[in-house]
Amino acid sequence: MERFEAIVVGGGLAGAAAAYRMAKAGVKVLLVERGSYGGAKNMTGGRIYTHSLEALIPNFRETAPLERKVTKERISILEGGKATTVEYEATPAKPEDESYVVLRSVFDKWLVDQAAAAGAVVVNRIQVDELLKEGDTVVGIRCGKDTMLADVVVLADGVNSLLAERAGLRAPVTAAEVAVGAKEVYTFNKGVLEERLGLDGNDGLAWLCMGDITHGLMGGGFLYTNKNSLSLGVVVGLEHIGEADATIEDMMNEFMSYGPIARLLKGGKLVERSGHMVPEAGYKAVTTLSGNGFIIVGDAAGFCINMGYTVRGMDFAIASGMYAGDAIIKAKKLQDFSAGALRYYDILIEDSFIGKDLKTYRHFPEFLNNPRIFQKYPSMVNGIMEDVFTVNGNGAKPLVPKLLKRATGVGLVNLAMDALKGGRAL
Amino acid sequence: MMNLEEKLGVNKYYVNEGHPHIEIIHDYPDMKEKMKLVNACPAGLYTLNEDGTLAFDYAGCVECGTCRVLCGNTIVTKWEYPDDTKGVEFRQG
Repeated sequence: MERFEAIVVGGGLAGAAAAYRMAKAGVKVLLVERGSYGGAKNMTGGRIYTHSLEALIPNFRETAPLERKVTKERISILEGGKATTVEYEATPAKPEDESYVVLRSVFDKWLVDQAAAAGAVVVNRIQVDELLKEGDTVVGIRCGKDTMLADVVVLADGVNSLLAERAGLRAPVTAAEVAVGAKEVYTFNKGVLEERLGLDGNDGLAWLCMGDITHGLMGGGFLYTNKNSLSLGVVVGLEHIGEADATIEDMMNEFMSYGPIARLLKGGKLVERSGHMVPEAGYKAVTTLSGNGFIIVGDAAGFCINMGYTVRGMDFAIASGMYAGDAIIKAKKLQDFSAGALRYYDILIEDSFIGKDLKTYRHFPEFLNNPRIFQKYPSMVNGIMEDVFTVNGNGAKPLVPKLLKRATGVGLVNLAMDALKGGRAL
Repeated sequence: MMNLEEKLGVNKYYVNEGHPHIEIIHDYPDMKEKMKLVNACPAGLYTLNEDGTLAFDYAGCVECGTCRVLCGNTIVTKWEYPDDTKGVEFRQG
């Protein structure tokens, strides 16, 4: 049987990036994907910050299936049928500042195709059942009755990485470390989205919403514009989901019933309903990155951060795949695939934006895990808006005491404490 | 508004008939555990029967693993990815 120097398990962004990087450098690499194509089992809310893709494939804009470039950002606070929205519009100043909305079943397939064109052998519809180990060294994979050996295995099998867990390479993922997302894609006639959202050409919108739609759970709603479709959904933390008085589908329906969202969705045709887990614990959830004969990348490694207004994982996935490739290229030169040699990957991660950003935001998940953020504050903000903008014949009251009353609804001490905690977390 | 079953109907699945990749204890006694699955499954595949037992249909599974993370040591006794070529196939993602 043909022997490969490296086997990558998983045709998502991290795996495809790793395979691409290695193939370009002449490493004999096999990419194994369980779906019919890369991206067949993958899903995202919507937006990738493309700086790391640009580092991997500088001319990606020419061929990558990008839906729209984000030029408009919206954040809405939804509560009690009211909505307060902040909108920011700007064309990114530099190419590396850009972000794009993508659909993973198309986008991942493209990246896997790039890896194949660079020389990686891609095999779809093969499920890896087990990692083969000799002592504590990973030496290959088993798929049904077939075994394949390699100098190194890159685990890019996603947030629900059964392989790493069952091989004892990482601790089982806990409910406190992940969120679940439900997503729907609605298509529209050409031109409808541009008109409804005031978008030019290929410009796009990223819209995050928080408030009573998550029934006190950490999370919120999201909406992104594709070429002629919308991606929207709800993400909620799993830690307290059993105590919630609503299902994620109830939350989804409440989100889609809010005026600004409902009006936008009018006439849209549902073409897909998907769901996925999101590793949200950030720095704390990242444990083992490499060892004898293996490297873990992307969601499987826990590379994702919840920054409140966005959950970021795809730029980490691509960069981590790239660094895994670099570490393996170096290991190949040394003909040393031991933990000591592959630790170069850990160092690359630590010194890169991945390690730095994960550290910067390491206290943010705790800050967000506070029901006040998702219940009391949305009500306070919309209450203040109501006070400011309501004029009727009942006699105007001074604004300052009214605002103070809204704040005491939360508790002034709580407000001060949360502001302090939020400041520290950032 | 479409109900969740109708929504899942637009998805592409290759169902492995008769070979569930997830198995559960339907009459698990702890209601708190059961509510985790009822609330969290993004495909709404876990529902409560009138007698309080758990109903589950693996055919609409989107393979997210949420139920495994929540109840892998309690209600969910088996969780595997569907066999090669089976399961959901996203065309949007």
